Amino acid sequence: MGLVNKLKAGLQKTKTSMIGSLSVFTGKKIDESTIDDFEELLYSTDLGVKATAQIMDALRYEYGDGRIKKYEDVKIFLRKEILSILGLPQPFMLYQERPFVVLCIGVNGVGKTTTIGKIAKKSIDEGYGTILAASDTFRAAAIEQLEIWSSRSLSQIVKHQAGSDPASVAFDAIEAAKSRSIDLVLIDTAGRLHTKSPLIEELKKIKRVVNKAMQGAPHETLLVVDATTGQNALHQAKMFNEAVGITGIVLTKLDGTAKGGIVVAIRHELNLPVRMIGVGEGIEDLKTFIPEEFVEALFD
Amino acid sequence: MFNALNEKLEVIFKSLKGKGYLKEDDIDVAMKEIRLALLEADVNFKVVKGFVQRVKEKAVGKEVLESLTPGQQVVKIVHDELRNLLGKDNEKIRIAPNPPTIIMMVGLHGSGKTTTSAKLAKYFKTQGRRVLMVAADLQRPAAIDQLITLGKQIDIPVFHSRQLKDPVKLCMEAVTDAKKEAREVVIVDTAGRLHIDDSLMEELKSVKETIEPWEVLFVADAMTGQDAVNIAGAFNEKIGIDGIILTKMDGDARGGAALSIREVTGRPIKFIGVGEKIDMLEQFYPERVASRILGMGDVISFIEKAQESFDQKEALALRDKILNERFTFDDLKEQLKKIRSMGPLENLLNMIPGFNKMKGINIDEKQFIKIEAIINSMTKQERENAQLINGSRKKRIAKGSGTEVVDINRLLKQYKEMKKMMKMFKGKKALKLSNLFSMK
Repeated sequence: MGLVNKLKAGLQKTKTSMIGSLSVFTGKKIDESTIDDFEELLYSTDLGVKATAQIMDALRYEYGDGRIKKYEDVKIFLRKEILSILGLPQPFMLYQERPFVVLCIGVNGVGKTTTIGKIAKKSIDEGYGTILAASDTFRAAAIEQLEIWSSRSLSQIVKHQAGSDPASVAFDAIEAAKSRSIDLVLIDTAGRLHTKSPLIEELKKIKRVVNKAMQGAPHETLLVVDATTGQNALHQAKMFNEAVGITGIVLTKLDGTAKGGIVVAIRHELNLPVRMIGVGEGIEDLKTFIPEEFVEALFD
Repeated sequence: MFNALNEKLEVIFKSLKGKGYLKEDDIDVAMKEIRLALLEADVNFKVVKGFVQRVKEKAVGKEVLESLTPGQQVVKIVHDELRNLLGKDNEKIRIAPNPPTIIMMVGLHGSGKTTTSAKLAKYFKTQGRRVLMVAADLQRPAAIDQLITLGKQIDIPVFHSRQLKDPVKLCMEAVTDAKKEAREVVIVDTAGRLHIDDSLMEELKSVKETIEPWEVLFVADAMTGQDAVNIAGAFNEKIGIDGIILTKMDGDARGGAALSIREVTGRPIKFIGVGEKIDMLEQFYPERVASRILGMGDVISFIEKAQESFDQKEALALRDKILNERFTFDDLKEQLKKIRSMGPLENLLNMIPGFNKMKGINIDEKQFIKIEAIINSMTKQERENAQLINGSRKKRIAKGSGTEVVDINRLLKQYKEMKKMMKMFKGKKALKLSNLFSMK
């Protein structure tokens, strides 16, 4: 099943419960009262108050100017507006640095470890030697969980004991990658709320130590965001970005009924691109983020 | 974010000032902001729509309490309604008449089922009950290890199997084991699953039918967005839930999902998770969550505290005094006492919309005590007529109150400015409390 179809399949199942499903309006003329329905549609995607207000203002302006008359016009307009925010695809890729170091961060339960397992699999399949750094030394059995992903993806792993210093695990993984000429280091960190300053300090330390192990590293800092999350994801992105500097977003759990519209707000306010999306529990269920497909799934 | 909303409300309060009854137009203005606040807090848009409609109907024609502005009155009605919708205080988990009490934890991936299972187990253990945890998440890698590790930390046995691949069978065996071992509470940690994954939902249903849990608890992430209604609705329809646990409430999410989930399931929220440590499970208080969802929570506490501390008659008497320029040092002392009885001053001042604009002002609790001491050292005549207080009287008062003459001068100056401000109230119907606080 292609990605669009997979996303659509998820959405199909909730169509009945979604008043916003645009197809209801097919062929219909647009007037003052129907225009409000689009506002609700935008809200339903977790786009947020601010982005929704901006898009609606633009929509009403176009409507007032007579450029929007039918449902199809609205659809084209909304798609265009959101696409212009999301921009072109900016996929995850390994640049020339070796090892290429990727730091994965995020709040608890968004799917960091699973995402790392999937990235590892993809990279190994593409022929890149990959090492996982078990820097989540806090959560019970997080190391065991990463070990399982390491064996599933045939990647290597560097781990210490539970409770040990996460920064030194990352350091050792980079050193190991250097000496074994491995292309990619994926650092798994413990989930932490962006509001907990000691944990944010710990993250800063990991970044400092990573940079000490290899100048210029981490080359990519990925914030993993759960598509089910509402407006708080924007706060997460803001605060993690301030603390360690994010270079990309991975949007997980898009195989459910949540639309993940908050990434539009994140892109709009912080200019952070979505690199990949998670669409299932399987090791292959990680796809490059294609804005057109995402917007298609948002409204269809 | 909070500040932004408070500022908006301040503007509304201003435009609504001094009208005796709530009129539809006024309410509409306030409700527009409330609607956005709820949406910003991730309350589902459909739930918001219904809510706003209901509150509007309730608010039209309501009399505005003397101590509040109409805007505050609307906020109070909104808050009360929110609190009612969120349920009752302190909903306990019931214990089955015939042991074991089987509790089944269900929810999406990453909502916090495993951690919450351990927290609940600890909670029951602290009550002196014999608890068993069941590792029925056979999907996620190392989920079994996670529960075993947590079990060790709190010294609670974990029923698990690395051979069994069928959770139904595993749970059946676990219950048999629990009965044999005379366990009083059995907590079943199930795998996270999507509400639209029919085969996994079917599996969960079979587990439920097989072990007949006393309670099925739906574990939900407080950060959940608009989709909360779909998720909770599906779990309730397909599995049937008895209660809700809201996790990750220690972050800064406004937690609007709580309202969405309540509205769509009608089930009580029993606990909230407030941290990663195993004892960080708290009772649910609708009051607090209602305030949090509105994002101006402290305004509510302020309104209510103000209502408690300033009763109507006193407020009227005070108003008369102010209007007739008879506000004495004794009255000042009385007011200060009331303000202090409302809690730590810093908190109190921060509750006032717009006060944050005045940041940089040092709020020193001791200053209040000092003022009281100074007033106590004044004679009755001095308290009623500040003009009497000359140089030698100042020296005497300073000596009596253990302060310096500069302190007396400062107080006199403040008192003068306060009286000047009170003149501005003249002719206005309502006395706005917040203006009293800006005396410094």
